[in-house]
Amino acid sequence: MKYSKKWYWLFVSPVLLAFAITVIIPLISGICYSFTEWNGRMDIIPDFSGLKNYMLAIKDPGFRNAFWFTTTYTVASIILVNAIGFSLALLVTRKLKFSNAMRTIFFMPNLIGGLILGFIWQFIFIGVFEAIGDNYNLPFFQGWLSNESTGFWGLVIILIWQMAGYMMIIYIAALQNIPKELIEAAQIDGASAWRRTLHITIPMVMPAVTISVFLTLANSFKLFDQNLALTNGGPGNSTEMLALNIYKTAFTFSKFGEAQAKAVIFFIIVAIITLVQVFFAKRREVEM
Amino acid sequence: MKKKNLTKIIFYIVGALVSLIYLSPFYILFVNSFKTKREILENTLGLPTIWTFDNFKIASEKLSFFCDDQTLSIIGAFGSSLFNSLVVTIASVIIIIIFTSMAAWMLVRIKSKISTFIFFMLIAAMLIPFQAVMLPLVAIAGKLDLQNRGGLVFMYLGFSSSLSVFLYHGFIKGLPISIEEAAIVDGCSPWQVFWKIVFPTLKPIHITVAALNVIAIWNDFLLPQLMINEKGLQTIPLKMFFFFGGYSKQWHLAMAGLLLAIIPVIIFYFFAQKHIVEGITQGSNK
Repeated sequence: MKYSKKWYWLFVSPVLLAFAITVIIPLISGICYSFTEWNGRMDIIPDFSGLKNYMLAIKDPGFRNAFWFTTTYTVASIILVNAIGFSLALLVTRKLKFSNAMRTIFFMPNLIGGLILGFIWQFIFIGVFEAIGDNYNLPFFQGWLSNESTGFWGLVIILIWQMAGYMMIIYIAALQNIPKELIEAAQIDGASAWRRTLHITIPMVMPAVTISVFLTLANSFKLFDQNLALTNGGPGNSTEMLALNIYKTAFTFSKFGEAQAKAVIFFIIVAIITLVQVFFAKRREVEM
Repeated sequence: MKKKNLTKIIFYIVGALVSLIYLSPFYILFVNSFKTKREILENTLGLPTIWTFDNFKIASEKLSFFCDDQTLSIIGAFGSSLFNSLVVTIASVIIIIIFTSMAAWMLVRIKSKISTFIFFMLIAAMLIPFQAVMLPLVAIAGKLDLQNRGGLVFMYLGFSSSLSVFLYHGFIKGLPISIEEAAIVDGCSPWQVFWKIVFPTLKPIHITVAALNVIAIWNDFLLPQLMINEKGLQTIPLKMFFFFGGYSKQWHLAMAGLLLAIIPVIIFYFFAQKHIVEGITQGSNK
């Protein structure tokens, strides 16, 4: 089909303009600013400072701590969110009477924004857990969010509550695509329910696993709202994740150059993880 | 046969238990938002002995939920955080649907190096985390006077363009071109072809794009936090942030405020559940 250039740009330019101003220009200028003594504004051209901001970022113990915390958090979240999401999918595809109601319930937390969700759980961990601990004399429920490990698991729990239902939806779609004949044939051959799950269901849903692992990875590595609302990085900065560390470097400590260098490092890590993941997903698709 | 019934019963029990655990945060939020400040501390888990609505009255005032701080008349509703959230979300989603479908259509139908380049750039941008562009964007928005509702809508178009164009692009590729060509032969301009023929056939993807963007924009906190300085323009998550910071030791008010904040989402969910679920299934398969 042939349209004149005028029509082409009339249709494409609004998106292109918004995209350039919100993504492309900030990305390029951000990379430039990360090599300067930037003050966070655009009125003057800041002095060039070479790799100084990157050295500061790498040497910052808070940033290093945030990196390890975020990495461990991401690994724990990927395993638990997907294991629970998959179990929920198995549960609601059993043709029970309340399957639809259960789907609705499990997915509902996903619609609540991370900030509000974090505040709700702050009360649960501090107010409700403490009350349970006091009433029934259970030390397990006492002192939540007051140290690094309960802060860590608190953040894992809220991500499970929020995202497992989302993963469930993806796994349900995959489970329903398994041909019925395959399961029936296995049943006739005398395979137990456990063996059917292990040898038919799990291999058949592997593409969905790839998608879900990637989504959980992206969400937990870039987590910000929940981190800010639930622990605000505390106590101290022991539960501070990368996104929150960058935010605080800029807006609490006004070190814009260093914050931008951290943001560029963050961007490179996210980009590498995503590309590696896409590469493996594509290769597996070819094999299948 | 007996064994089958037993497994079924076990699944019912497990299902009921997991559902209860999933619902418990909602229960806690609900019962505690009707308690007095004192009762929350003494009786955190049970139902309130006296149900009080005062918490909602105070919380909605502090959040400017239905009405802004100064004007307590119907005009004040236009400065409320509920109104700000609704306006920003609805306007953004309409703008996103119109402009990203237009762009995606041209990118599919005009096969050129420029189209390939633009599409590739949009897809590659999915790799960019918000933090990487956040600081310069604040500086740019200050210069271009984008620190207002209109600016927010414009930026949501920019941030949503990758995923939305991608979804439309995938769908339009599968549409037959012959109808559009026939319309051109009959003398329709590209503008008419798009609005009369293409746009209506995109309905399934409009719904997907709308559902995904409504949730993302309604819940977004960081972008409004960085861009909106004026109190009268604050959205619900933004008001919630300052409110919770100021009242975190007054759990009864915080609970009522949080409950108010999630009610619109729950209502939206019950009306649009089918579309949201379809949207996720489609979006994830791409």
